[in-house]
Amino acid sequence: MTDARFLAARLRRGDMTLPEKLWQISWSLVLWLCAIASIGFFMLYSAANANMDPWATRQLIRFGMGLTLMLSIAVIDIRLIMRYAYFLYAVVFALLIFVEVRGVVGGGAQRWIDLGVINLQPSELMKVALLLALARYFHSLSLEDTGRPTFLILPLVLVAVPTAFILRQPDLGTALMVIMGACVLFFMAGVRLWKFISLLVAALAAIPMLWRFLESYQKDRILTFINPERDPLGAGYHILQSKIALGSGGFFGKGFLQGTQSHLNFLPEQQTDFIFTMLAEELGLVGGAGLIGLYVIVLAYGFTIAIRCHHQFGRLVAIGVTTTFFLYVFINVAMVMGLIPVVGVPLPLISYGGTALLTIMICMGLLMSVHVHRDAQIGLRGGYDEG
Amino acid sequence: MIINRDNDRARVFNRRAAVLGGGQALMISALVGRMYFLQVVEADRYRMLAEENRINLRLLPPPRGRILDRFGEPLAVNRQNFRVLIVSEQTRDLQATLDALAEVIGLSEYERERVVKEVSRRRSFVPVTVRENLDWEEMVRIQVNAPDLPGVIVNEGLTRFYPQTETAAHVLGYVSSVDEEDLTGDPLLQLPGFRIGKQGMEREFDLVLRGSGGNSQVEVNALGRVIRELERKEAEAGTDLSLTLDERLQRFTAERLGAKSAASVVIDVHTGEVLVMASTPSFDPNVFNRGLTQREWNALSGDPRAPMTNKTISGQYSPGSTYKMVVALAALEHGAIGIDQTVFCRGYTDLGSRRFHCWEGLGHGNMDMVQSIAQSCDVYFYEVARRVGVDRIADMANRLGLGHSSGLGLAGERDGLIPTEAWKRATLGKSWQKGETFNTAIGQGYVLTTPIQLAVMAARLSTGLAVEPVITRQIMLDGAVVQRPPKAFASLAIDPTHLEVARRGMFEVLNGPRGTAHASKLKSKDTKMSGKTGTTQVRRITMAQRDAGLPKGDEIPWNERTHALFVAFAPDDNPRYALSVVVEHGGGGAAVAAPIARDIMTEVLRLDPSRKPRINEDQVAETAPSAPG
Repeated sequence: MTDARFLAARLRRGDMTLPEKLWQISWSLVLWLCAIASIGFFMLYSAANANMDPWATRQLIRFGMGLTLMLSIAVIDIRLIMRYAYFLYAVVFALLIFVEVRGVVGGGAQRWIDLGVINLQPSELMKVALLLALARYFHSLSLEDTGRPTFLILPLVLVAVPTAFILRQPDLGTALMVIMGACVLFFMAGVRLWKFISLLVAALAAIPMLWRFLESYQKDRILTFINPERDPLGAGYHILQSKIALGSGGFFGKGFLQGTQSHLNFLPEQQTDFIFTMLAEELGLVGGAGLIGLYVIVLAYGFTIAIRCHHQFGRLVAIGVTTTFFLYVFINVAMVMGLIPVVGVPLPLISYGGTALLTIMICMGLLMSVHVHRDAQIGLRGGYDEG
Repeated sequence: MIINRDNDRARVFNRRAAVLGGGQALMISALVGRMYFLQVVEADRYRMLAEENRINLRLLPPPRGRILDRFGEPLAVNRQNFRVLIVSEQTRDLQATLDALAEVIGLSEYERERVVKEVSRRRSFVPVTVRENLDWEEMVRIQVNAPDLPGVIVNEGLTRFYPQTETAAHVLGYVSSVDEEDLTGDPLLQLPGFRIGKQGMEREFDLVLRGSGGNSQVEVNALGRVIRELERKEAEAGTDLSLTLDERLQRFTAERLGAKSAASVVIDVHTGEVLVMASTPSFDPNVFNRGLTQREWNALSGDPRAPMTNKTISGQYSPGSTYKMVVALAALEHGAIGIDQTVFCRGYTDLGSRRFHCWEGLGHGNMDMVQSIAQSCDVYFYEVARRVGVDRIADMANRLGLGHSSGLGLAGERDGLIPTEAWKRATLGKSWQKGETFNTAIGQGYVLTTPIQLAVMAARLSTGLAVEPVITRQIMLDGAVVQRPPKAFASLAIDPTHLEVARRGMFEVLNGPRGTAHASKLKSKDTKMSGKTGTTQVRRITMAQRDAGLPKGDEIPWNERTHALFVAFAPDDNPRYALSVVVEHGGGGAAVAAPIARDIMTEVLRLDPSRKPRINEDQVAETAPSAPG
């Protein structure tokens, strides 16, 4: 009897032993990720003027920990993740409120919780938690129901409330990423296009009202983006210097460790948000385009995994994390090249910083978990049973 | 059923994934396209901008040329200057560091305020000067206390220093910080803390003394902090300027004049070289380099004895009786009076209803020319002037160097005034009165001269040559500084016998038994000095006052007392030195100016600078280590 029940459970597709799961992990993707991270270490080494300290070593340790975390997530049963999706969302939301309240009490805009090794930024984790929550919601919704506006109220609330908190911090970049990630999920879940269009119109109409809520430095950044000459020594200075660095790199770059702009501090934050600029200055178009090529490979993995997945939850999670990854890359690179306003978005696996790395590794872990459990049968609420 | 339902969703998902993937691919292509545009199409432009960013040209100030006296004695040099600076980013707390520094060297409230203000205006790594010109002891104290003074640095630069302080201040002038109107486009002038000549020689020869700036190409980071030096061109030190002054005589004279408001010039009559140009009271040019406080400036500019004015060239005084040689020579040259012809002095002479007094109220009796100069008889010269006329006197005055610039080329020199009939008509619109000729005869009225002119007059009287004074041993020629070529002076074309009469009179002033300055003759048995006293009224004495009895000495307010003058040359038989002394409101020429002149001339003859070898140009170059660092 016990045997039979055990056997029955074993027969359900997707139930695998740990070695089986490890076998299923896409190790080639892990290699590509390591390749990108290695470039990151070299860049951090260069950013510190040929020093392992203060960034490269610490980032190496963090990446090691992140890799472990990623692989651990990869072998977690996807149904378990699905079942706890709302719970995770609630926990992260509570953290978000916690930093908000403490920020008010402490009198400063502190967005993180100090965990010793890394500073945990709840708004970053919210990207992942929201993704999971939405994926679970849409998983349980038929295509017809997805078409009904009443069924869209709950997911919109799931998006809107944390976004409002993130905006209040104020962290425009993260808020926009959360919204865009959510939009992609809505779109992929099958929400009608005209609804997006009407939402877009509504958003445009809301801009003048939202404008009043922006901090003056945020307004500055947007105005400067529209007209960079407006303030060449103020907010526009960083974009200009970044473009100078990039452009002066030329086709083959100035050589590793040879970037004048970055090493003479003309670049702001060359170890975090502007690290791509430094890379492109030192390694040129060849290096920059090469790195983007690596990112494209990772994205291709993401799309392939999403399409090959046999359950809606996995598909949505995979496309969600892939899109998040894409948004990181695109926003960061477009920002340093002066295509969009300056927003604080790091370059995945390259920029120095714990929280972003953590988010990326969780995302990649989820992607791999989707891949490992692509054939799992999942009920409407993440159970085994329902039909 | 699930399968079916999921199939629908999968179909929609796949379709939309293609759209999404396509969209993302497009956006990434845009990124690569942008990169291509920046790094290939626009690469050259940005490469240039990056270089401009990186390289900063810094000016290196040249050491200023020194100013030396005729023997190479330094009058203006560059001194190591210890400056204490504060770098705010290296202080943990600016106020605390300033407190600590105040305990070591003492800081005024004003200094602290200025430092705090300047720190707030500059980037935090830019050193701000707290104080300049620290002495050695203060510097050492700061060094010893360095651990308690984070962010405090002491550095050395060069600053102008006048070792003789007040002695030759008027000739040297001073350097001071650059004003808006001084900017000529020379980038050196924009350097913070750069000094330019504002007065005297420092100003006249500023371009020569300044030298030319070097530069250093440095790599800087975004904040302007210097990372390393790429290229360096050293500054070219300014050229040393050599004056004709004798520092020891200059100092002696200045000290002899003391606190009086006075001026004195000594000239070598053979070369025209000015050995002494002293004006008292003086000022310390070092103070101007440091920068004056409002109070110091008020004290200097408000002093009635005008310490800032170089009285030797800017002070205009009626020559008084020192003008009598001019009148005498004009009369002799035009035959208005014979050498031995006498005039009777009964103490006054009348012109119409006006009475002109001789200084000797009792009268001198019969006076010839020599005696009238020796005893300074006014009545004799009223008569002589009446005969020769004011225009001829003016002509002789001009020939003797009065009434026009001496040609030294110093800024602020005044021309003086030698009145003629035409001058009066042109400027006052009135015709010349006979009484005015009488006033002119005794060097009063409209006549104005400067001490340098009086010294030149004495030199010309002693040699009969058109002596022209010079004060530098170098001249500017086509923008370069060259050694002044020796110059032979033209003859004044005055009959030597007539000159001899004038000189004879001057000899008697000091050496004759009745000479007005008999008491001030040289003590030497072998060497004699010739000279002439002058005492000039600075206010009109009315008839009523004269009748009431003139106030004496101390009863007269200082600024209403007479000026005391003296001109002289020596030795009388072979003149080498000529001098003039003017003591403003000093009293009588014989009583006050003559003893000073005697003392100065004694010292001049003792040191006899003209006979000593002067340093030549090679030695100047050798002794010019003006470029430390």
